[in-house]
Amino acid sequence: MSDYRSWGYTPPKKQKAIRLNWKDTRLDSDENCWLPYGNGRSYGDSCLNSQGRLIDCRSLNKFISFDKNKGILRCEAGVKFNEILDTIIPLGWFLPVTPGTKYVTMGGAVANDVHGKNHHQDGTIGRHILSFELVRSDGTRLLCSPTTNQDLFRATIGGLGLTGLITWVEIKLIPVKSSFLDVETVPFKGLREFLVLSNDSNARYQYSVAWLDCVADGKNFMRGLFMRGNHHSSQSPETTHKKKNNHLSVPINFPKWSINRRSIAAFNSFYYYANKRKAGKTAVQHYDSFFYPLDSIDHWNRIYGGQGFYQYQFVVPLEKLNIMEEILHKIVSSGLGSFLAVLKEFGNHESPGMLSFPRPGICLALDFSNRGAFTLDVLQELDQLVIAAGGAVYPAKDLRMSTQAFKSFFPQAKEFTRFIDPNFSSDFWKRVYG
Amino acid sequence: MANNNPIQTIAIFGATSAVAQALAKLHAYAEDNILLLARNEEHLESIANDLKVRGANKVDCINADLAQIDQHNELLESITSFSNEIEKYYFFYGVLPDQAQCESSWEHTLDALNTNFISKVSLLSLLANKIEKEQNRSLVVVSSVAGDRGRQSNYIYGTGKGALSIFLQGLRNRLQKSNCHVITIKPGFIDTPMTESFDKNFLWASPEKVASDIYHAASKNRDVIYSPWFWRYIMLIIKCIPERIFKKLSL
Ligand SMILES: Cc1cc2nc3c(=O)[nH]c(=O)nc-3n(C[C@H](O)[C@H](O)[C@H](O)COP(=O)(O)OP(=O)(O)OC[C@H]3O[C@@H](n4cnc5c(N)ncnc54)[C@H](O)[C@@H]3O)c2cc1C
Ligand SMILES: NC(=O)c1ccc[n+]([C@@H]2O[C@H](COP(=O)([O-])OP(=O)(O)OC[C@H]3O[C@@H](n4cnc5c(N)ncnc54)[C@H](OP(=O)(O)O)[C@@H]3O)[C@@H](O)[C@H]2O)c1
Repeated sequence: MSDYRSWGYTPPKKQKAIRLNWKDTRLDSDENCWLPYGNGRSYGDSCLNSQGRLIDCRSLNKFISFDKNKGILRCEAGVKFNEILDTIIPLGWFLPVTPGTKYVTMGGAVANDVHGKNHHQDGTIGRHILSFELVRSDGTRLLCSPTTNQDLFRATIGGLGLTGLITWVEIKLIPVKSSFLDVETVPFKGLREFLVLSNDSNARYQYSVAWLDCVADGKNFMRGLFMRGNHHSSQSPETTHKKKNNHLSVPINFPKWSINRRSIAAFNSFYYYANKRKAGKTAVQHYDSFFYPLDSIDHWNRIYGGQGFYQYQFVVPLEKLNIMEEILHKIVSSGLGSFLAVLKEFGNHESPGMLSFPRPGICLALDFSNRGAFTLDVLQELDQLVIAAGGAVYPAKDLRMSTQAFKSFFPQAKEFTRFIDPNFSSDFWKRVYG
Repeated sequence: MANNNPIQTIAIFGATSAVAQALAKLHAYAEDNILLLARNEEHLESIANDLKVRGANKVDCINADLAQIDQHNELLESITSFSNEIEKYYFFYGVLPDQAQCESSWEHTLDALNTNFISKVSLLSLLANKIEKEQNRSLVVVSSVAGDRGRQSNYIYGTGKGALSIFLQGLRNRLQKSNCHVITIKPGFIDTPMTESFDKNFLWASPEKVASDIYHAASKNRDVIYSPWFWRYIMLIIKCIPERIFKKLSL
């Protein structure tokens, strides 16, 4: 409704917004600072626009067409992935790429060029986008595809909503025979073991991701669980797709004291042993729990309390393993580690996106509870290490990176600025490039 | 969605309403046949396409200004040519007139009453005569809590809705012996284009929530429902306030 926040829940700044109900509606021309808003699943300030006006796209929620034989779907930009899945799975199709929550909109997914557990095989979502319509603030409507308006196509994929408003998107889906996956869990210790596992799985498994303990020190330092899976290949989708509604919910913000080192360490140990039992066995898992474990707890972000939290996600080239190790030591010794640290090896499929974040290397994402200046200092030091490694931090999760850091992570930003709509901006953009 | 219930055929008057769109999606997932009526052709077409992708068996559109009473006979013929088996007729269309403007313009007042009440009496009467012979049909009509008691801030809207609720009571009573159902829906505040300029608080419901209440009320042939349910109790209290006190309140 009229409460516009980002997922990190840090104390919000007041936002003004208009809601777009129809894709043919014109933008009111006297505003000179627009920003599209998807479903606010970005953690930082890339979906916020305190000095201008948001364009709430959630009512642009209609499908336009679906070719059931070729798996080509065209839908408005505010359609969420959960609705897409409910519609396409019974017909034997699946999203080519999905992030770790299904409550993102199609427009938001394109604007961050999202990646999933299949990045090593399929790259980012941008590689599967056939075309979209882009509306600029002067009212022009442009069809963008790899062959028409190519530059705007490339700039808008991963373009953080700055190149204009996406009204609809056409995407190529992948065929599946079932709504289940065959999943195997393998325990490991240390980055090198992780990389051996990842290497060994890349060709055989479409999906892989690892959970890493960023709290335990000493003999449990860098223990983790590697999960890999493929779509199950023998059931008919009609009989297996069911919607599940057994949601838990976190109704109010947890008090600040409930998240501390001891409670996190205890949670991590519990998680580790609960999952280690499954090691080596192949289990059949529903797509919901495999891709979207966090979605089963509504508003889980509130467990961090009214302070909110920072999520930090970065990628470092494989050759810079020593820097990655240094970063992990720093996180563990800071004691700021979190419930969930997710490790993934990115592959080398290039995205059309000009400003896309994913690139070959090891990617780690984790939450830091907000403890003011101390948290910010630690993150600042981590930035410097990522810069030294020639890596990058993910803007979709950022609330604090400096201009200098941004320019180092995204040297292509200079070229990108040519395609920004003169009447579009965001809090993120004003901060890193203003 | 795989679905074991028999296919239904339904018609939606005012299909471009935000709540109507959410309701139509539920019928599309149930693989029903859907007839959409509203006055914006492009918007109707985009809704029809959406419902087809979501699984609707058959979708058709009629582009018409529903407040044009002199066209209603013709409209009924087009509806009958879509199907003779329509089981549920939903009524969503309506306007929220500016109260101050109504006070200074009789034309404006009459327009609002015509859209919100008189044109519906016309359509519902024609439909009642038709379904009386067919048996086992339902008329599902969206009224409002605003029709439960007149308030200075929107009593022309409230008058239309209140009159509609009373008309529906009578119609229900009449059609009961033909085994037809009249279902009155009284929503509270819904976050839709109609109420775009209002500040929202915890009392506001989403169109999806209200649509799901309507869908269930229609499948169970309820008589009168409030949506969300707590409005029944809020309105109970509001209706209990003695007029001599109520008239002094600024609601
Ligand atoms: C639990 C969780 C897990 C996640 N896992 C992953 C993951 O695995 N991989 C990954 O890549 N990301 C992940 N994310 C981040 C998330 O996928 C992205 O932030 C996504 O872009 C959010 O989409 P949204 O629809 O909520 O858009 P918002 O967050 O509202 O907006 C995101 C950006 O898109 C722009 N935008 C939105 N709509 C439009 C439009 N119509 N036209 C133009 N621009 C538009 C906005 O301006 C903004 O810059 C995760 C987030 C959560 C909460
Ligand atoms: N929103 C609330 O808080 C609330 C509360 C209680 C009850 N209600 C009732 O709920 C119903 C649905 O409204 P909503 O909230 O979904 O608002 P909405 O999205 O604005 O829907 C109203 C719809 O009525 C249509 N309409 C108006 N006059 C018409 C005419 N002469 N011919 C054809 N269509 C016409 C409008 O079409 P155009 O777009 O072409 O104008 C619009 O699609 C209304 O009856 C309303 O009174 C709403």
